[in-house]
Amino acid sequence: MGKWTRRAVISTGVIAGGGLVVGVALRPGHRAPDIAHLVTSDDEQLINAWVKIGGDNHITAIVAHSEMGQGAQTALTQMLADELDARWQDMSFIEAPAEDEYANWALGKGFVIGGVDIPQSLVPTVDGLFMQVTSAMHLQITGGSASVRATGVYGMRIAGAAARELLIKAAAAQWEVPESELTAKHSQIIHSGSGRQADFSEFAAAAAQFKPSRTPRLKSVEDFEIMGRSVARHDIPSKVDGTAVFGIDADVPDMMYAAIQGAPVFGAQALEFNANGADQSTGVLQIVNLGEAVAVVADGYWNASQALKMIDITWSKTGSEGLDSEKLFAQFERDLQAAKQSGDATDDVSSGDVEAAFERADKVVEANYRVPFLAHACMEPMNATARVDNNKCEVWAGSQNPLGFKYEIADALEMDASQVTFHQHTMGGGFGRRGTSDVAVQAARIAKVAGVPVKLIWSREEDIRHDVYRPAVASQFRAALSDQGDVLAWENMFHEKHEPDEAPNIPYDITSKSIQHIESLTHVPFGPWRSVDHSQHGFFTESFFDEVAQAVDKDPYELRRALLSDKPRHLAVLDRAAKEAGWGEKLAAGRGRGISLQQSFGSIVAQVVDVSVNQGSVKVDRVVCVIDLGFAVSPDGVRAQMESGIIYGLSAALYGDINIVDGAVKQSNFHDYQVVRMREAPVIETHIINSGAAWGGAGEPGTPGIAPALANAVYQATGTRVRQLPLSNYDFSYQFVEEEEVS
Amino acid sequence: MITLRVNGEEHQLDVDPSMPLLWAIREKLKLTGTKFGCGIAQCGACTVHLNGQPIRSCVTPVSAVMGGDVTTIEGISSSDGLHSVQQAWIDEQVAQCGYCQSGQIMSAVALLRQTPNPSDEDIDQAMSGNICRCGMYGRIRSAIKNVGQGVVQTYDPQETAHG
Repeated sequence: MGKWTRRAVISTGVIAGGGLVVGVALRPGHRAPDIAHLVTSDDEQLINAWVKIGGDNHITAIVAHSEMGQGAQTALTQMLADELDARWQDMSFIEAPAEDEYANWALGKGFVIGGVDIPQSLVPTVDGLFMQVTSAMHLQITGGSASVRATGVYGMRIAGAAARELLIKAAAAQWEVPESELTAKHSQIIHSGSGRQADFSEFAAAAAQFKPSRTPRLKSVEDFEIMGRSVARHDIPSKVDGTAVFGIDADVPDMMYAAIQGAPVFGAQALEFNANGADQSTGVLQIVNLGEAVAVVADGYWNASQALKMIDITWSKTGSEGLDSEKLFAQFERDLQAAKQSGDATDDVSSGDVEAAFERADKVVEANYRVPFLAHACMEPMNATARVDNNKCEVWAGSQNPLGFKYEIADALEMDASQVTFHQHTMGGGFGRRGTSDVAVQAARIAKVAGVPVKLIWSREEDIRHDVYRPAVASQFRAALSDQGDVLAWENMFHEKHEPDEAPNIPYDITSKSIQHIESLTHVPFGPWRSVDHSQHGFFTESFFDEVAQAVDKDPYELRRALLSDKPRHLAVLDRAAKEAGWGEKLAAGRGRGISLQQSFGSIVAQVVDVSVNQGSVKVDRVVCVIDLGFAVSPDGVRAQMESGIIYGLSAALYGDINIVDGAVKQSNFHDYQVVRMREAPVIETHIINSGAAWGGAGEPGTPGIAPALANAVYQATGTRVRQLPLSNYDFSYQFVEEEEVS
Repeated sequence: MITLRVNGEEHQLDVDPSMPLLWAIREKLKLTGTKFGCGIAQCGACTVHLNGQPIRSCVTPVSAVMGGDVTTIEGISSSDGLHSVQQAWIDEQVAQCGYCQSGQIMSAVALLRQTPNPSDEDIDQAMSGNICRCGMYGRIRSAIKNVGQGVVQTYDPQETAHG
């Protein structure tokens, strides 16, 4: 068995291959400690960074993305397996460790820097650049619906194809036949002339000696055998028998448990505390003051959490104690008015002559919208387990950015990243929350002080009150309209802008557009929340568009159609949704139907929502969803993501409301931060269009369109235009009474 | 000392009698399939059976289950294989993150034991205490109905995308 060095890994795998195409060749010498454990037996050859082939012809894809429920690991494995011409039954996958060799540049570029696709022409010429850049950024993020469209397209497919070509080269040399006479099929190399065939594994070692092509030939869609099939997800069996190990299930010898109380007002520090006997309470080892929080370490979580309740903490004043949600919205709206007066705003989109359009308009429609702060409320409460000793730190947790966590933990402990090992776990939900390392850093700091391994578990209350929230946002619109029903201009100004850059834009052909944003900062920490800025702008723009349609007395579906004549993909998605939903049918009193269209993360999604309003309460009966994501690698996986994104967005639209009171979050648990449950869940019908366009994402694009389609349906049912979420703050009982009288 | 009978095995535990059953199961017995979600019986992630009835282990003191039979997710499959509800979950590809699914399955098993072929209303009633943040309610409903109607289907890996 050959051994190899870290240098060998880098020189042949990272530098030469850029981590996308060429992998980690086996070399005589020393094993690279970071990757060696991926090779679990002596007859396995690690032929590149993304795939290994075992002596039994079992093929393992090494997937640099985290699993938080989205099924990306299975889809990425499909992509590699198909290009490799492997048999699906021979495939399995493991998640790449949090090491620089597996950083994902494509995502860093596309998501963090901002909404750009990588030019196809760059792919074959990268030669190490990708990996160097990503390593510098310490990113290994799962987010931005990027797994398939970035890592899959730019990594897994190329890696699979390159590996196939290497195996063919090795077989040609061994059998002394031209490469052109060899094909790969079902994990075997076949010689067309003689009919001779042998397993991939026979050539794995020899293949590692060849220099891989930087431009391996990829399959065309017609030749796909595994991509496009709904394969059963590999992770589901362990999730139905209780054996899946989430971060909260990590078990480290001699581990203690910690419960924690963070500062109610963001930014406050614990000046002092009165233990009130908590330190003498059953099983308690220690009370640790982290500054932003106080933790109790005990022999079990129950004892730790009971002791924590006994402690009186004196928090510093930050100046935010008097703030509440209403004051923050008043601030946003004041700042927006000031910016409109001064003209001091940043352009997102500027086209045509907006001012002139408003001057000649026959009619102007305007409306102001708001959305509240939102928590993520992942099912698995935040947690991390850490051990710090002998200048080493190990952390066990689920992360959407394991490599970033490693560096941030190292920074917090004043260690070098090489002293930190991050053990990634499957996540009980992520939705953006698990890209922030706060909890893992806390666990490491507590474990360092306590001198024992510590599992830190946040209570649900801590989770709801110390999230990185979807920001509360105010957005203000005006549209200039003509008597003929033309939309002359679209004007929008909002505050708080993050990613993706294009989120506030609209696809409609309106000549004069002005979309601008301002900053209006708050003390409330923010972070990405499923679909990020699309989550608010989808609601704003697609609701206001319906107001425009109403103002010009046009059907909202027909007006969308009329303004999409140059966008065949959008039109096809919209038309399909309208057709499947039965758009145009007459509805009974108390019922409503609304439509929305949203492009995000490379995919186009239309939704039609049916609601019924009964005794003042709104019930969502049915959602028809159509997605064009170019190509669905795993159709059932895409359907599952649409269902999931819709329910997540529906929970927010119906109930999601984090209020700031006295500078702190008022809500605390699922009784006052409600989410959709079984009895409220609508029927969801998803239709997939494989248009052949560049592949888009699936994890997030289902979310933005549900709130506006719902609000538009509610308007039709009740006549009430919902301009502020959540819907639960509205009283629809009046409309019901009115309808009763009419009928 | 507290005596607990979990999945047919007796355990003597030296714990605070007011400690919720959840923590005894997870930390003392190392049966981590049962999950912590809210601590106030709002989400159902901690659902286990006490004498066949679903209970929220996060609010049930260990002292309250002495003498009873506790069953966790680890205790519902047999040496013959998965419980039909577990198989139905695989067939319908229910789980996404999977964190809530132990609790969902325990609630579904209890429902089907009481009502072998449940209606939509029965499912709404029995399953609305279990939150799934990944929103797999439609699949959970289908899986329960498949068991109820005796059609625990096999998953077809050959299914292709339709435009």
